[in-house]
Amino acid sequence: MNPEELFLVEITVNGTPLSARVPARRLLSDFLRHDLRLTGTHVGCEHGVCGACTILLEGKPVRGCLIFAVSVAGSAVTTVEGLVNNDGSLGIVQRAFHESHGLQCGFCTPGFITTIHAYLKENPHPTEEEAREAIAGNLCRCTGYQNIIKSVLRAAELIDSGVRDDH
Amino acid sequence: MKPSRFQYVRPQSIPEAVMALQRHNSKVLAGGQSLTPLLSMRLASPDVLVDINGLTELSGIELRGSELWIGAIARHQEVLTHVLVQTHVPLIQQALAYVAHPVIRNRGTSVGSIAHADPAGELTAVAALLGARIHVSAQQGPREILAADFFVGPLESSLQHGELVTGVSFPVLDATWGSSCQEVARRHGDYALAGVCALVQVLDGQIMAARIAIFSVAGTPLVIDVIDVHEDHEKLNLKVQALIDPDTDIHATADYRRQLVKTLVVQALTEARVHAELRQS
Repeated sequence: MNPEELFLVEITVNGTPLSARVPARRLLSDFLRHDLRLTGTHVGCEHGVCGACTILLEGKPVRGCLIFAVSVAGSAVTTVEGLVNNDGSLGIVQRAFHESHGLQCGFCTPGFITTIHAYLKENPHPTEEEAREAIAGNLCRCTGYQNIIKSVLRAAELIDSGVRDDH
Repeated sequence: MKPSRFQYVRPQSIPEAVMALQRHNSKVLAGGQSLTPLLSMRLASPDVLVDINGLTELSGIELRGSELWIGAIARHQEVLTHVLVQTHVPLIQQALAYVAHPVIRNRGTSVGSIAHADPAGELTAVAALLGARIHVSAQQGPREILAADFFVGPLESSLQHGELVTGVSFPVLDATWGSSCQEVARRHGDYALAGVCALVQVLDGQIMAARIAIFSVAGTPLVIDVIDVHEDHEKLNLKVQALIDPDTDIHATADYRRQLVKTLVVQALTEARVHAELRQS
């Protein structure tokens, strides 16, 4: 069999331009983890159901496992690693998860953090019902949903109180 | 669970895309939210993937005469929030609220959803109910396919090899028309166990036209004219039940689906009438 054709994919990840030569079938989630060694983005079901691989593409949450890296060459991506403050302290949603015990095993957490981060940008004052709806596309096998909902509401409180968040 | 190898082509124009699609076992990549899982599970293994995400001329949502045109790479989320859609074909937005989760809607495309011809797809039902036209580019020139002729079976359309769907146009509905989309799913955003879109025309408080499209209970969306039976719920149900053929699977029994259809048809027609009155007031 002929060697597989490789494409140079350049993507700005968390503000830093990064690149790698990958086959066209490389999923964006694998591109981040295997090629760029950014393992914060987790891969669960690998067919778009669980939400663990959710990242921000040009600021909007998308499933990393449902996009080919080559298809979004030239774009800007934010991963969970990019949601820490510039001084290394936790971003608002990360801090809210910490304070509200929003994670147990932590496997699903990166997808929740990115999803909630983007959600709160557009809906900074969710009700509990809206918070529940906001995370409906993400699965947590520890079933820690109650505390995840608390984390959404806590993050909204932190935003209101003017806590620092660089993103 | 990784896709098998394919050749990747990213055309810069529609003719280039159509040219690439002539190759053996080719497939179009738009939003990829249905296709990528099929590739990862190797239920599909195209030799050539033609990525149309660079064709910005297909990203539009615009009014063309008495039709609303949605381009092949307009994302669900853009369609869901677009003022022209809200004003002229609100049924699309009523249905889109049920399509997957917001995160999927950020990437998935409305036209791709129609081209995919999933019998559980809300937008396939909308296209069938409204008599939308599917615009196709092919080597021998452009052609249009009526929704009624487009959906052939589950995940099967009358699109020929080498053809590219460039957009779908929906007839504009003036304020005499009201619509509704109702469905039941195990979890919001999941595939519907059963769903119904309804369209009614109300003039001077009288219902002049009433049509429904039922989805997730047959291989293609089923459009049924119910103007003759809409006032008598028993006759309405008899007419509908005679035409549907739901399956039993791990999510629901066929009988349960029939029960859902019975309830959803009445709900959708009632809501569509309320919607028409709301638009007229």
